[in-house]
Amino acid sequence: MKKQQRLVMRTTILLVLLAAIVYTIYTNFFTEKTAVAVGSTAPDFVLADLEGNEHRLSDYRGKGVFLNFWGTWCKPCEREMPYMNELYPIYKKQGVEILAVNVGEPELNVKKFAERFGLEFPIVIDRQDQVLNAYNVGPLPTTFLIDKNGEVKQIITGTMTKDDIQRHLESIKP
Amino acid sequence: MEQVKCECGHVNPHGTAFCESCGKPLVDLGERPLLDMRYEGSARRSQTYKKTIIDQIWAFFSSVKVGVALIVITLVASAIGTIFPQQMYIPPNVDPAEYYKQQYGWAGKLYYELGFNNLYGSWWYILLIALIGVSLVICSLDRVIPLYRALKRQGVKRHPHFLERQRLFGVSHVSDLDKTMAVLKERLAARRYHVREEGGHLLAEKGRFSRWGPYVNHIGLIIFLIGAMLRSVPGMYTDRVMWIPEGETKEIPGTNGRYFLKSEKFIFETYEKGKDNEVFNAAIDRVGNGMIAKNYQTNVVLYKRVGPVIPGAKPKLEKVKEYPIRVNEPLKFDHYALYQVDFRLNEPKAMSFQLADKQSGKTFGTVTVDLYDPKESYNLGHGYRVELLSYFPDFEFDEDGNPSTKSRVPNNPAFVFKMYAPDRPKGEVSFVAIRQTIEPFGDNKYKMAFAGLQTRNVSGLTVRRDFTLWILGLGGVIFMIGLIQGMYWNHRRIWVQRINGELWIAAHTNKNWFGLKNELRRLLDGTGVAMPTDRLEEEKQAGQGGQAHGTA
Repeated sequence: MKKQQRLVMRTTILLVLLAAIVYTIYTNFFTEKTAVAVGSTAPDFVLADLEGNEHRLSDYRGKGVFLNFWGTWCKPCEREMPYMNELYPIYKKQGVEILAVNVGEPELNVKKFAERFGLEFPIVIDRQDQVLNAYNVGPLPTTFLIDKNGEVKQIITGTMTKDDIQRHLESIKP
Repeated sequence: MEQVKCECGHVNPHGTAFCESCGKPLVDLGERPLLDMRYEGSARRSQTYKKTIIDQIWAFFSSVKVGVALIVITLVASAIGTIFPQQMYIPPNVDPAEYYKQQYGWAGKLYYELGFNNLYGSWWYILLIALIGVSLVICSLDRVIPLYRALKRQGVKRHPHFLERQRLFGVSHVSDLDKTMAVLKERLAARRYHVREEGGHLLAEKGRFSRWGPYVNHIGLIIFLIGAMLRSVPGMYTDRVMWIPEGETKEIPGTNGRYFLKSEKFIFETYEKGKDNEVFNAAIDRVGNGMIAKNYQTNVVLYKRVGPVIPGAKPKLEKVKEYPIRVNEPLKFDHYALYQVDFRLNEPKAMSFQLADKQSGKTFGTVTVDLYDPKESYNLGHGYRVELLSYFPDFEFDEDGNPSTKSRVPNNPAFVFKMYAPDRPKGEVSFVAIRQTIEPFGDNKYKMAFAGLQTRNVSGLTVRRDFTLWILGLGGVIFMIGLIQGMYWNHRRIWVQRINGELWIAAHTNKNWFGLKNELRRLLDGTGVAMPTDRLEEEKQAGQGGQAHGTA
């Protein structure tokens, strides 16, 4: 009888310890370091594009949003821009928007960059790093895939091939 | 379940080395003269049952050998982590794989490939720490419960076999046993012993609580580990860096957009001869005038955002307070603390140029370019105009030899200007960098002459919010209490028994045998009772080499 009790006791203590370890490892390594986790609602924001039009994320409800954080000096960002530009008109028709958030560079530089690559999709500038903070973006480029309900489906850091981008755009079609 | 009944009638759990009550050895000790008193000879359960998987896991973690192995592995790993800098301390804009290889050769490459560059945050390092925690809990439980039981149940009357197997043991003939016992009892009580008497036998004990010291210490460690674990719970711990230039208002990272900070001024002061107290003169002479830092300070204004938080939208701000942040004097608000940790002096903010005729030196007006938000076109009147074609805040030539920028910070600004004049309606292109001008399309008539640089200072602040600090503090305090409890008190016991008309004395302590012997000497002085002999030392002197005695 006592033996039974002890087994229950030991099992309980071991389970509690195991739970603590699993929780610690999980929160440290399997959740995103970004403030925005996969599966959570993407924080709303409002930023102006190069023409002065304001873009509010919540206005895109019902559409998929390919949210790309970038800088003009960042070579990997530069490499994926033409692919994004190519795919933009195709997927816009299918209800997926591309929105590129520049990390607070001078408007002149962003404008020249957009002109150089003939970028069609809206580019907004996060002058005060507010959106950058809200999304806790570290390395560039970082892309958030947001579905029609405003939920973050995937977070991609690092450069993407054209196939990658196409696959990602496909995944958030409404 | 097997149990062992001693001849004194006490029933002991299986695996007990000597009876909990009377101390009679229950296992055959052979020729070994001394009892191992560690854990009072109690049965460590994990050692006796190894049936189910749970019991086996329990047994594994309850082993001190396993615990020590885990600690040694962690120590070695921690030491390796200090050979080369951790990744967080290498320049942020380099590829770590390249950096380690370049700086430290093949050793650096190996270091990076084995993941030592992020050692203290790696899953296996955290797992090791967690396993030490598990080992602590189970080791403690497995020992403290039987030990508590054994000490609680110990009888006053002990079996002669127990007494004669103690390290300090002596037999005396005294004329009046009753009187001697009474004197000893009185003296023991005077020395703050807790004396129990049973059938004419004495057990004097003091400092038993010292035995709990290591376990209190472990509880402190476990609380400390729980505190460290809670740091990964969202909202419990924030540690962010914020760079803020003079004159700017920025969101404070980690506050979810609720607080903003404006930097009014960054102040860097040094000790100067003549201005400061004379006592500093010698030090100033040694290091150099204006070389010793006296103060790093950022004068800030704290704002709270009112209304809904929508990142990117122009915030409505309400002033909370003004504060000079100095080293070790953080700005504290809403459990946040902003610390002065770093600075950059004289960071370029704007650059001025004069449009000038290269030959005559005549100038036609000044262009001031804001390095954070340059305009595209600058009209100087009378037909003179300058256009900014390209701007590189942190200029370099990229891999293909094209001018490009390394970052968005104007560390090394460079510009491509197009200058229009009445006599040059098509314009002339000039590439202007610091101490460098290139005219890509041949000789120009006009040039952009450098006319001044506006700079400002930038403060580096750390934003910290830590709700785990008090838990870590509590763990630390309990750790110290346990340490003191176990270190500065000794658990001493003295048994005095009358056996066959003789007076038997045995004594045991968990540490400081020297002190116990002194105490015994004083106790027995003038009573006619012989001082017990230290049998461990006797053995040593006899050159047989004694078995080390337990001191837990």
